[in-house]
Amino acid sequence: MSYNLMREFADSWGLLAMALFFVGCIAFALRPGGKTLADQAAQIPLKDD
Amino acid sequence: MKFGTEIVVLSLFAFAALVAAGFGVEGPFRQHMGVLFFAVAGFTAILLRNTDFKPAAPIDTSAYMDGPIRYGAIATVFWGVVGMLVGVIIALQLAYPHLNIQPWFNFGRLRPLHTSGVVFAFGGNALLCTSLYVVQRTCRARLFGGKLAWFVFWGYQLFIVMAATGYLLGITEAREYAEPEWYVDLWLTIVWVAYLILFLGTILKRKEPHIYVANWFYLSFIVTIAMLHVVNNLSMPASFLGSKSYSAFSGVQDALTQWWYGHNAVGFFLTAGFLGMMYYFVPKQANRPVYSYRLSIVHFWAIIFLYIWAGPHHLHYTALPDWAQTLGMAFSIMLWMPSWGGMINGLMTLSGAWDKLRTDPIIRMMVMAVAFYGMSTFEGPIMSIKTVNSLSHYTDWTIGHVHSGALGWVGMISFGAIYYMVPKLWNRERLYSLRLVTWHFWLATLGIVVYAAVMWVSGIMQGLMWREYDEQGFLVYSFAETVAAMHPFYVMRAIGGAMYLTGALLMAWNVTMTILGHQREEQPMPGSEPALRPAE
Repeated sequence: MSYNLMREFADSWGLLAMALFFVGCIAFALRPGGKTLADQAAQIPLKDD
Repeated sequence: MKFGTEIVVLSLFAFAALVAAGFGVEGPFRQHMGVLFFAVAGFTAILLRNTDFKPAAPIDTSAYMDGPIRYGAIATVFWGVVGMLVGVIIALQLAYPHLNIQPWFNFGRLRPLHTSGVVFAFGGNALLCTSLYVVQRTCRARLFGGKLAWFVFWGYQLFIVMAATGYLLGITEAREYAEPEWYVDLWLTIVWVAYLILFLGTILKRKEPHIYVANWFYLSFIVTIAMLHVVNNLSMPASFLGSKSYSAFSGVQDALTQWWYGHNAVGFFLTAGFLGMMYYFVPKQANRPVYSYRLSIVHFWAIIFLYIWAGPHHLHYTALPDWAQTLGMAFSIMLWMPSWGGMINGLMTLSGAWDKLRTDPIIRMMVMAVAFYGMSTFEGPIMSIKTVNSLSHYTDWTIGHVHSGALGWVGMISFGAIYYMVPKLWNRERLYSLRLVTWHFWLATLGIVVYAAVMWVSGIMQGLMWREYDEQGFLVYSFAETVAAMHPFYVMRAIGGAMYLTGALLMAWNVTMTILGHQREEQPMPGSEPALRPAE
């Protein structure tokens, strides 16, 4: 695989795939209904010692 | 037999080191192997003196494994004092060149000793012991792998000793923050893989269904450092009985690999790892859950996706292609997003409990750490802009920036975590003295302010002097003139560093007395106890 091919892949499909994954992660974290679960998870360190 | 296998394996290891010390092809390598022999043989002797043939007492596998964490807390304080002391020494060497003692204690050899000492020995031990503390308590599971945690702890200390003594002997790869030579790198790889297995194994046997976000940060730190360390240290030794090796890359590729490593060591060692610390110890000390758990998830993914691309900003105006420089700059600016997300999340955890700032010096320390996290990660992206970088690069401004992050963020959050953990680890009711923590806080904060402010002035002056042309196009100042102009700032910088070191010494005293079980009789912090009111 030549450098140019890799470079082209990286700034087209590679970039798109990573950007979509990132947006997906954010969307999943902020999904409606996720707040209750998140609030429960936030209590984990405080439950005991 | 207690320590039976360990004694046999370590004796063979010591013997191998002795053979290498005898047959090494060059002097420094033979001396370095001699150091290794005495370190391993000495450790084996200690094990031999503590062995016995009684059947081993049963281990309570339901309890958390805190032994290696106690050792790690002590190692953190010890290496912190050593690393900061070397820092003050090299600061004085820059101000007074006569303090360079040839050949072992000149600036060139002590400088990596300082950087590795504070980053890998102090910071590394802080991350090691807090990560093992946090992962057990948030997974509600004992550490995985029996004695594996002990191997990771002592293996890492051996790495530190070998790296440090190698620098003094003049053995170096000359790659910033990755100076240890190939054999020390290989040893660290083994220890690091063991650390990954230890951490991941504990997460896999967790009793808590959700993996708490602090563990995400710690895990990303462990995995990324493994990847960075292996790729940046791909090299071929010139001899298997010599210290010299040659990098697998050459020219600008080598430079980019190095700064891909170097910047992400900052990103994942000094940022992600310590954010894991923040997401556990700030809520614990404030006794409140993190401000927004969902923001912490966004914070995590933003760091993971953005940080890894920012490295090229260390190579502005070099042979690196222009597009790569611009890419590094653009991603550096995007890092404002996770930076401010994290800072807001840390600070707002205290919303509704701001009074604790007045009564609890440990919280004060943690808040100062988060504030410095925000400030230094605001400054960094500005410095990565090419036009700003043309003034700031290679000047003391960079040194000031690094120290506001390292002393302010990394140091303060580690001190906070140590002050929180030590009484708990040794079952003490409280620290020896909270007043000493207040002293530590103010000495450290003022020390950083002096340091950073002085380095701004000196760095910008230095950059402006370097680029000053006269009307005929000649440089106005020679290099030696810029060095002479910086002398007063170098002296002030050493004073700032000495203040910070004094704070660390107070911590060492406080922690030692706490471990020994003493409590200083002192006035309680004002406002920490409700004042008695006359009955009405």
